[in-house]
Amino acid sequence: MTQPIIQPIIQIESVTKRFGPVLAVDDATLAILPGEFFALLGPSGCGKTTLLRMIAGFEAPTEGRILIDGQDMSRVPPNKRPINMVFQSYAVFPHMSVLDNVSYGLKMAGVAAAERRDRAERALEQVKLAGFGTRTPDQLSGGQRQRVALARALVNQPKVLLLDEPLSALDAKLREAMRFELAQLQDDVGITFVMVTHDQDEALAMACRAAVMNRGLLAQTGTPAELYEFPANRFVADFLGSVNLFEGRLAVDEPHRAVVESAQAGCPIYLDHGVTGATGATVWAAVRPEKIELHKRADERPPAIEDVPSGYNVARGTIRTVSYLGSESIYLVTLETGHEVRVTRPNLTRWDQEDFTWDEPVWLAWHHESVIVLQA
Amino acid sequence: MKPMVEPLDYLRRGWMRLWLGVVFLFLYAPLLALVAFSFNDSKRNIVWKGFTLKYYQKAWENSGLVEAFGNSLAIAFVATVVSVVLGGMAALLLWRFRFPAKSVLSGLFGLPIVVPEICMGVAMLTFFVKIGWPADLPWPLNLGAVTMAHISFCFPFVAIVVGARLVSFNPEMEEAARDLGASDWDVLRDILVPHMKPALIAGALLAFTLSLDDFVITFFTSGPNTVTFPVKVYSMVRFALTPAVNAASTVLMAITILLTVLALRAQRGLQSSAQAH
Repeated sequence: MTQPIIQPIIQIESVTKRFGPVLAVDDATLAILPGEFFALLGPSGCGKTTLLRMIAGFEAPTEGRILIDGQDMSRVPPNKRPINMVFQSYAVFPHMSVLDNVSYGLKMAGVAAAERRDRAERALEQVKLAGFGTRTPDQLSGGQRQRVALARALVNQPKVLLLDEPLSALDAKLREAMRFELAQLQDDVGITFVMVTHDQDEALAMACRAAVMNRGLLAQTGTPAELYEFPANRFVADFLGSVNLFEGRLAVDEPHRAVVESAQAGCPIYLDHGVTGATGATVWAAVRPEKIELHKRADERPPAIEDVPSGYNVARGTIRTVSYLGSESIYLVTLETGHEVRVTRPNLTRWDQEDFTWDEPVWLAWHHESVIVLQA
Repeated sequence: MKPMVEPLDYLRRGWMRLWLGVVFLFLYAPLLALVAFSFNDSKRNIVWKGFTLKYYQKAWENSGLVEAFGNSLAIAFVATVVSVVLGGMAALLLWRFRFPAKSVLSGLFGLPIVVPEICMGVAMLTFFVKIGWPADLPWPLNLGAVTMAHISFCFPFVAIVVGARLVSFNPEMEEAARDLGASDWDVLRDILVPHMKPALIAGALLAFTLSLDDFVITFFTSGPNTVTFPVKVYSMVRFALTPAVNAASTVLMAITILLTVLALRAQRGLQSSAQAH
């Protein structure tokens, strides 16, 4: 079977960036495809912004190459790249009207005044700011300024639009509304978007694919579901959402069966597939809080789990704290081993939150498909 | 019961009001006397004899005084223009670039502000004599020496005001312009200079008033044909303290106050536009 070959719009080839002794980006290799909404995700100081600034041209890589649409752009200044950026502070020029702001890029490109005006007005329509052209930036709200910054970048029809923490300066309600709107806008204009964010919800909600970065290294690249359900290591598992990690030893590793023995869990952890690790090696069994079931511990008979041999994947504990969030409740359960486990449970009916309460003895049980074994 | 005095209500405390009154009296009484006596119909500035404008007319008819006034304005104008350009560039240089001995250069720019004026005056005099600066050039070229001296102490003030303004510049503005296709020159013209504008105006007015008022340095660098207004007033006062001097000084004061008000307004524009983002 032959796969159609898609030329990536951005190729980052073994890019390293050093600021004096500080290694900001460490040997990053990444391909971003045309039309993608791509997110660079990571905690502050992980190098994601440096990588974005290298794509924009504000920093030059110490080593490696950056290709845009097949051409090496590593040493091309930002004003000569087919790329535009929406800055974290929006950087709307305060002394220019909204229309002048939006048409600035076209003016620099030598587009005639009449066409400039037309295109700028159309771009303002696109971001739902039609009729705002004569206003000055100090008459706009934060959200409106962001739209101006978006229009100012999109009007130039760049091959790639870069967004640096685009939603971080907005309040919570507006932020969520803008998530949908940005994704919709990207769909409408069909331009590749590359977004930097430290907010995992933002990346999961908007991006087609995301790269998780940690300390200058690309930890994992994949779709939001891949990153969440199949994290490559403990960092990714922990950074996206929350996760319960049981440190243990890989006791059995066969093609159709693996067992992790964990003193933290207090029970052997069973999977129905092999993990291709060295038997006896230290591994971490990761289980997401929403994938663990709570059962009453009225008698000492552990609950049965489908397809899991009895005695596996069940742990005894006591509820220490309940946190009621409306749509769901978070339970912090202390196992008999002393290990603390986080369990979330949706409140499907109006009475569900009353099922479990403080200091209640419970069984924790999870299906073998809910477990992922991490080796790093 | 006495009304409560809030902790920050300084002006509602009697002793504070008294102190304030004394301060204002010391500061402004001499100036008010000067202005008042410029309208006094008497040759001697001792007793009030009646209102007149004739000393303004006398001052106007004193060709030496008018010429000195013209010299002062010409020097102040040229010194202001050059100081704004030099000071603006110096501020940009110190703000934008990294280079060895930057702090030394920054200190050197500030030197004319800290060096006592008398030393500056003597140094300038020695310098111009040493290089044999011609004293008999036609007007306005004969003002060259004084103008250069004024520029040397005016432009550091402009650099300081502009430098303070540049601190509030958001570097993402420059990057945004670059990202939109602007060259370095485009950034300077379209982004940086508009940002610096209120400071450039304030700096210009500062330079203008400094140049107009300066006595010590001017005294050492002006020749017999290049007398400025303050130097002329000084020489007139040595003979007699006539009301014409009062009148001329009042005019100078009015100009200075007007420019200060304009400078403050520009500063206010500077603050409000800084708050906008």
